Amino acid sequence: MSYIKKPSAKHPRLPKNRLGLTRRDYEGALSTLCAGCGHDSVSSAIIEACFNLSIPAHKLAKLSGIGCSSKTPTYFLNKSHGFNSVHGRMPSVATGANLANRDLFYLGVSGDGDTASIGLGQFCHIIRRRLNMLYVVDNNGTYGLTKGQFSATNDKESKSKKGEDNLFESIDLAALAIQLGAGFVARSFSGDKEQLVPLMTAALKYKGFSFIDVISPCVTFNNHIQSTKSYQYFREHNEALGFLDVIPDKEEIKIQYDEGTTTEVEIHDGSKMILRKLDNNHNPYDKSNALSVLNGHQSDGSVVTGLIYLDKNEMDLHDTINTNHKPLNILSEKELCPGSSGLDFVNKNFS
Amino acid sequence: MSMKPTDISDPEYFHKVVDCQWACPAHTPVPEYIRLIAAGKYTDAYMLNWESNVFPGVLGRTCDRPCEPACRRVRVEDEPVAICRLKRVAADYKDDVSKLIPKPPKKTNGKKIALLGAGPVSLAVARDLLPLGYECTAYERDPVPGGLMRTNIPSFRLPAEVLDEECNQIINMGLKVEYNHEVNSFKEFLKLDHDAVFIGTGAPKGKDLNIPGRQEASKNIHIGIDFLASVAFEHVSKIGKKVIVLGGGNTAMDCCRTAVRLGGKEVGVYVRSPKVDMKASDWEVEEAEMENIPIYENHVPKEFIIKDGKLCGMLFEKVTAEYSNGKRKLIPTGEPLVEVECDDVLMAIGQDNAFEWMEKDLGIEFGEWDMPVVDKKTMQSTLPKVFFGGDAAWGPENIITAVAHAHQAAISIDLFCNGKDLNERPEPHVFLESSKMGLHEWSYDNGYDEVERLSVPHADLKESLKNRKLEVELGYDDEMAFQEASRCLNCDVQTVFEENRCIECDACVDVCPEDCINFVQNDEEDKLRASLRVPALNLEEDIYVSDVLPTSRVMVKDEDLCLHCGLCAERCPTGAWDMQKFFYMGAQSKDGCSG
Repeated sequence: MSYIKKPSAKHPRLPKNRLGLTRRDYEGALSTLCAGCGHDSVSSAIIEACFNLSIPAHKLAKLSGIGCSSKTPTYFLNKSHGFNSVHGRMPSVATGANLANRDLFYLGVSGDGDTASIGLGQFCHIIRRRLNMLYVVDNNGTYGLTKGQFSATNDKESKSKKGEDNLFESIDLAALAIQLGAGFVARSFSGDKEQLVPLMTAALKYKGFSFIDVISPCVTFNNHIQSTKSYQYFREHNEALGFLDVIPDKEEIKIQYDEGTTTEVEIHDGSKMILRKLDNNHNPYDKSNALSVLNGHQSDGSVVTGLIYLDKNEMDLHDTINTNHKPLNILSEKELCPGSSGLDFVNKNFS
Repeated sequence: MSMKPTDISDPEYFHKVVDCQWACPAHTPVPEYIRLIAAGKYTDAYMLNWESNVFPGVLGRTCDRPCEPACRRVRVEDEPVAICRLKRVAADYKDDVSKLIPKPPKKTNGKKIALLGAGPVSLAVARDLLPLGYECTAYERDPVPGGLMRTNIPSFRLPAEVLDEECNQIINMGLKVEYNHEVNSFKEFLKLDHDAVFIGTGAPKGKDLNIPGRQEASKNIHIGIDFLASVAFEHVSKIGKKVIVLGGGNTAMDCCRTAVRLGGKEVGVYVRSPKVDMKASDWEVEEAEMENIPIYENHVPKEFIIKDGKLCGMLFEKVTAEYSNGKRKLIPTGEPLVEVECDDVLMAIGQDNAFEWMEKDLGIEFGEWDMPVVDKKTMQSTLPKVFFGGDAAWGPENIITAVAHAHQAAISIDLFCNGKDLNERPEPHVFLESSKMGLHEWSYDNGYDEVERLSVPHADLKESLKNRKLEVELGYDDEMAFQEASRCLNCDVQTVFEENRCIECDACVDVCPEDCINFVQNDEEDKLRASLRVPALNLEEDIYVSDVLPTSRVMVKDEDLCLHCGLCAERCPTGAWDMQKFFYMGAQSKDGCSG
């Protein structure tokens, strides 16, 4: 937490995106989370991804529930739309917003409490419905705002700061997301922007439900030696499945890739995702393989990161329920009013 | 080869980060005195300046201010902190400082030091040596002390009372001054048997221009610095209606502004070069232009026109400048010569040293351009007991450079008189201590102030032009001083990084407003600089490299644009970053063997 305002001065040579903006233009208020909180790095990665995609601020809505994680939308994109909803109810609000205006980017930021405990039901159903959004969980395995109780994602072998045992099994949100039909599922680490930023960039572009489980250490309550969600534990047990590069539409591929190590996926808007695989046993396009890779690593204590599962068949809720292609707020009287012949038709059904 | 971790125990590393102090020849602790001014502690600010640069009141008005172009604020947003004018605030609003000036010991050490000239450099040498017990005597050609500060700088820029106060501070410490004492033979002078002799006679000879008509018109052609001296001593009080000033340096600006005040109606400055190449400080040019004095660039003087045995005008050739390989050539445009009418001409085209009075067989070696051979570090000539400084050493510079020379010369004279090796010089005073006062509290104001540089209020133009003694700049009042002082970025509060505390959480990287901080793989310097979030292209500024961290990366901070706002330290969960106040005061003779 800091008392000074973040200085407005910025580096004169900061890169600019297609809109002529720098990443500083995507910032929000200075964070009031604990110094060193992983969530701030996640916010910073979001800023970077939105900057990379040249998203105009008014074309994005940020949504959250309750918790340290859910405070973070204040700290980025301060010119975008935002809704800080009830605890665990961000998915309902996101669904309503998305149905009303399908033209925006929807970015939900939640935490392990907001998603895996009070909001678990909502989480399951928003996945099933494949709402077109990026759902990010800042996962630190603890209830930071209420002083460090275990959350539902805390690993069973991970003790509390005071040394108490955790009695219950943890919920693997990434596995749950794959099972329930999410199209883009990844896991990453707040302290590794090289991996996290491209994942976010791709996930924002993906049409359908994208989920990123970000291990984001709580420096105050869950960064101790017996924790499996500390900076140190993560760095010692990280098992990266691969790296992702996102090449925007019409841009030339400049990086030289070794043959046979990459796969390329084109997404609906013409951009390309290039996946450099590190694990040859992993097939990100196969649901059951993705799940078994997750399970296999969970049992040896390592943390799998990178793009875990991708459904190349991009599909979202609007496709499923066949809604109008325009956002509701731009529909005119002509489209909304069925006219007298339409009315006659409807009335006939009651006669 | 990867870069080695930065050695922050070398005081020069953090000294260089304090750009203003690094650029100041006398290394005045600028941010420290600016904070004192902001706190209203004008006397303390004055004394800190006095310790370092000896003439805060004079320099607060007349310094060439190498600190200002160096100010980090120029790179951050264009306009430097008005460092020079803040110095003047300290001098203007201080209390009586006479009790704070060190007194020489009751008993002297018996060593006699002669100072030739009583200008800034000699006075500063005396200031350094008197408290150590040396008997110092200055020999001055003029009837008053101050040297060029009195003769070359007009009163409307530096009032006599300000100069007198600071000269008298030193004279009252026990400096004897022999006025009206011009040394015509150094051989004879050396017979007076001083333990050491310091030569601070300046560069007193104005350059002349030998073009047709020079001799015939000599009555109305004046050497700039001689003209200014004559005005200062009130030997000259008027000038012709039409005046041509030749030259593009600060002396030319002083000459034209003086001419206007002595009754010149059509005063114009004619410069050989394009305006951008003029040697005068930008602010001096601005002041002249504010007084509606035109400056004509690309005019090369060709001839003085004589009519009836009297100067009546000048001919100029128009040129354009061409630059190749960093060299400038002035190419005539071929247009007809320009004729300009005039009654008087002031020539301010440069100054030379003059050592006719110094016999060549005394053991003092002379080198290029008949200049004495002087050791750059010790200021010693080839005759061991003779030292040089100020403009007399290597030609015209400025007052602050003279002061820097004086400190070094005084150290050398002290070592010399004690029979010590002149190359074993005292170390600077350095402190580095945490400025942390609490959770989010530092012992300095770390917020970034967005206000723009304040311009200094001026006296009414009409009044100024009537009275050559009326100071043009009025200086800041205390509120303006506070506002301007708050623009200082406190570059002396250093970001100190301790790698064994760092958990590489990226909090500092994310919060840094200038994108200075990076965690990257080490490499050789140019590659490392290129690999940063924003590549570190300003090679004048160092990059701060840590030792290897657990992820095998290193922390690299580009010092270039750091605002010293302390956000990295505030957002660091482990205290790996700390804001530490760095104090640096160059060594003086009091830190040497007699101190």
